[in-house]
Amino acid sequence: MFYREAGDFKTSYASDNQTFPIKIDRRGYYVALAFAFCVVPFVINDYWANAIFLPFLIYSIAAIGLNILVGYCGQVSLGTGGFMAVGAYACYKLMTAFPEVNIFFHVILSGGITAFVCVLFGLPSLRIKGFYLAVATLAAQFFLVWLFNRVPWFYNYSASGQINAPERTVFSIPVTGPNTEAWATYLFCLVFLVLSALIARNMTRGMAGRKWMAIRDMDIAAEIIGVNPMKAKMTAFGASGFFIGISGALFFALYLGAVEVGEAFGINKSFLVLFMIIIGGLGSIFGSFAGAAFLVLLPVVLKVVGVDMLGWPTDIVAHLQLVIVGGLIVLFLILEPHGLAQLWRVTKQKLRLWPFPH
Amino acid sequence: MKMKLATMAVTAVMAAAPAMADLVFPSLSYRTGPYAAGGIPFADGYADYFTLLNERDGGIGGVPTRLLECETGYNTEKGVECYESTKGEGALVYQPLSTGITYQLIPKTTADGIPMHTMGYGRTSAANGKVFSHTFNYPGTYWNGASGAVNYLLAENGGDLNGHKIALVYHNSAYGKEPIRTLEELQKKHGFELSLLPVDHPGQEQKSQWLQIRREKPDTVLMWGWGVMNQVAIQEAANIRFPMENFIGIWWSGAEHDVLSAGDKANGYKALTFHNVGRDFPIFADIQKYVVDTGKAAGAGDQIGNVLYNRGMYAAMLAAEAAKTAQEIHGTADITAAQMRDGMEALEITEEKMAGLGMPNFGPSFSVSCENHGGPGLVGVTQWDAANQTWSLISEFAETDMEVIGALIAEDSGSYASENNIAERCN
Repeated sequence: MFYREAGDFKTSYASDNQTFPIKIDRRGYYVALAFAFCVVPFVINDYWANAIFLPFLIYSIAAIGLNILVGYCGQVSLGTGGFMAVGAYACYKLMTAFPEVNIFFHVILSGGITAFVCVLFGLPSLRIKGFYLAVATLAAQFFLVWLFNRVPWFYNYSASGQINAPERTVFSIPVTGPNTEAWATYLFCLVFLVLSALIARNMTRGMAGRKWMAIRDMDIAAEIIGVNPMKAKMTAFGASGFFIGISGALFFALYLGAVEVGEAFGINKSFLVLFMIIIGGLGSIFGSFAGAAFLVLLPVVLKVVGVDMLGWPTDIVAHLQLVIVGGLIVLFLILEPHGLAQLWRVTKQKLRLWPFPH
Repeated sequence: MKMKLATMAVTAVMAAAPAMADLVFPSLSYRTGPYAAGGIPFADGYADYFTLLNERDGGIGGVPTRLLECETGYNTEKGVECYESTKGEGALVYQPLSTGITYQLIPKTTADGIPMHTMGYGRTSAANGKVFSHTFNYPGTYWNGASGAVNYLLAENGGDLNGHKIALVYHNSAYGKEPIRTLEELQKKHGFELSLLPVDHPGQEQKSQWLQIRREKPDTVLMWGWGVMNQVAIQEAANIRFPMENFIGIWWSGAEHDVLSAGDKANGYKALTFHNVGRDFPIFADIQKYVVDTGKAAGAGDQIGNVLYNRGMYAAMLAAEAAKTAQEIHGTADITAAQMRDGMEALEITEEKMAGLGMPNFGPSFSVSCENHGGPGLVGVTQWDAANQTWSLISEFAETDMEVIGALIAEDSGSYASENNIAERCN
């Protein structure tokens, strides 16, 4: 009744090809954007920014990046944590080497550097597939963390091996360092997320995305119909690395401010982002958002309910959280292997017929 | 009847009072994960001391305390979330018990004007109060620990360490890397040989490190470990029959749970400390009476008197004394975080004060000043007796090499100040 495309006529190819062909979807998208840009910055405080919004925005970018590689191109990667570390350390080196350049460009450049590293570690994907590729990317994870711990040049020879984000400004408003306002960091990350999502969405529904999906579905068939597997896989690794690098840079510079590579970018991070796209939905941009929101919000909600409202001991709640997250992953894999995105698609299908299904 | 009404009114006011004014002490604890074995006793000691103050004295200066516990799991992301969610409640002082979280919170707490006390951990150069206005690490730092260990070895070896081989087994993180710079300086000064053996988080896999120790046969092994890493290291040392009396851990590597799993083989293992160990203090009678017997003990209540329990209690005691000092300075019982900071900077711990609190000779006497946030840095050595299952202090709390440490602190804090454009205070 409310959700249908009847009467929504398309008179040009452009309007027929748009991302949100249904009017109500499109409106919802613009409302969400307007809300995120015009309302949230005025009401956000430090707690909301640092506990919920920043991690959500940053993990969404990482999930989009990994989704391109795993969900669209079918190349399993367990190296996300390591690639985020590349973004973070690239951003740190750039920030300290060229303090006069705007942080905005540093973040983009960090994405570029990570894309390059990601392509390098993606080379084995030309020869190996599936589990074997997962192991090769796992090696990247361990190697990169080891490298950033081992070579003091990466952390500017600081005694502790930590990297600390110095204060940098955009339009003379600080976005990194301790004296930031919640709305400034939030908006900075939001701009990157919106741009990343736009680029990723248009890449995945364009020629590049179709090539990736062809490789994912059956690489030999794809090769026969004229998809160059090397180009397709390398572009997937590159695009994926670009977004993951951006998220790593933001994660370090805006969210944590000080990072120790083994702790912040360990194997756990790789799994976390992988869980996000599995729960959210492989091969879906919306799924990346949904999965990130789910895994960022769930611990916070459990903590608020368990500790603040019910007054349970903190360790019980922390243990319960592990149990619940684990249980949910199993449950999702059994009941809805295509994740939250598929649930959303099914809901939309039902809504189109509601309240008069056949 | 009137009397009854009056008492009811008074009790009602008393009951309502805590909601209006209380002193909030957040406890960023970790009772889960690979570091929980150390996190639990510390958190219990920290919580029990504040419970004791509430039950026995009605709080600090008549204002009850409120402990806000938040689970970090030794994880920096959760640490940030905990910090943000508790700072709005009027938190007076943060004690994150994690060097990683400390590094993150140093700029944040400074910007928010909340003091942070990192007792025997965190960023050592924060001892320079001229640069770090809101960070305190009295009564001792890692660099004191490193120098204390070397001084102890000097005393053991007749003042000469030339050709002495020392291996440092350390947690490969900001925490474990802290002492390296100091040890390298001391190496130049005393002529011992230093080899570095990093152990990656969480530290369960140490076969190769101990194989190397077996091959190189160092005279002494120093350890900067935490959590599960300690138990594994001591077990591995026992496996290669490394003489335990030549194995010295930092104060985070010397608690009951670290040595118990290795059984008798751990006998003679040594660890540094900056406070006293054991249950032989009058305060434990009060804790039994007001906290344990009333059923208000934190956690399972089975950690009382352990090394790390004592340390948590000591941390809480220093925080409470700083709050008292702040109340005296500012003439108000309901202090703010800014006033708490002044109290910490003017804190003076004397032997009489500790004796009055039921903790005679529990830690060193010291006073904090605007320039020195690091305290005197006195280091003692404890040794494990596996037969009696007790730690005992085997040396006096001794001075450390402040000449070397002072220069390093000035250098490191100076670079922090120039990176972050901080003007020196206290001038």
